[in-house]
Amino acid sequence: MGLLDQRFENGNVFITSLENLLNWARLSSLYQMQFGLACCAIEMMAASASDFDIMRFGIIPRATPRQADVMFVAGTVTLKMASRIKRLYDQMAEPRYIISMGSCANCGGPYWEHGYHVLKGVDRVIPVDVFVPGCPPRPEALLEGIIKLQEKVRKESVVKKSA
Amino acid sequence: MLTEFGKIFIFFIIGALFVGAGMFASWILRPRRPYPGKIAPYECGEDPIGDAWVRFNVRFYVIALIFLIFDVEVVFLLPWALVYRNLGLFGFLEMAVFLGILFVGYAYVWVKGDLDWDKPRPTIPHIDRPAEPRVESKRVNKEIPVGQ
Repeated sequence: MGLLDQRFENGNVFITSLENLLNWARLSSLYQMQFGLACCAIEMMAASASDFDIMRFGIIPRATPRQADVMFVAGTVTLKMASRIKRLYDQMAEPRYIISMGSCANCGGPYWEHGYHVLKGVDRVIPVDVFVPGCPPRPEALLEGIIKLQEKVRKESVVKKSA
Repeated sequence: MLTEFGKIFIFFIIGALFVGAGMFASWILRPRRPYPGKIAPYECGEDPIGDAWVRFNVRFYVIALIFLIFDVEVVFLLPWALVYRNLGLFGFLEMAVFLGILFVGYAYVWVKGDLDWDKPRPTIPHIDRPAEPRVESKRVNKEIPVGQ
């Protein structure tokens, strides 16, 4: 049970091959938590549509966090929404990844100084894997972020890091 | 020799093994770190309110009954329609009788008003008769003896 929770002392051929297989399976089927917050969500929808077609990366929108692997925080995270996002993140199955999309989710964006109601960066409530800059980012930028995330997943290891 | 149903049985076994193997593999591999926030019921990010087992209004039993009747009707109609050519006039009359009985029930339900989703407020019957004289309740005031 929980084989992926184990940390092996040294990686032999079997462990590293299994690791490669698991990472490949994982990065090729990053199911997306289907929700958007603001105008970035429009760009996210454009990325899902036929021109950009994120489904070729294996990203399929799921309507429940239980089946989702990656969450695109697409848009302005208001303080009211922040607690909801935290709860949604909690309810996702592990391993789970976050892509923070757009300036608002990255750092507060235009609401940085006077936005009394905006969280200044979604990384204050949940751990973010990839930040995608832009206001809003073009779908290509989101695809770039997805590719970065896939690179990150590809490098994951169950072998203990040597000091 | 395998019968046709024997092949279906083999499909069942393979299907069960396939599902079982998948679930076993994920049980071995998956990280297992439950905590209260993670296992909380999903209600679109809101705090879950109440139990998943809720009580329905008892009025819905009429709708359930009506649904059941017409559901059974369709279940009977479909195979009947498939072999209609072989049955001939007898099949037609038989189904006409069946539908007739159901139609009586349908008309009954309609007349009773059970198909109205919005129930009108019940009207309280008004009876014309002279108002009865109001009976004053006699308050018994105990006299408190004052100083002796």
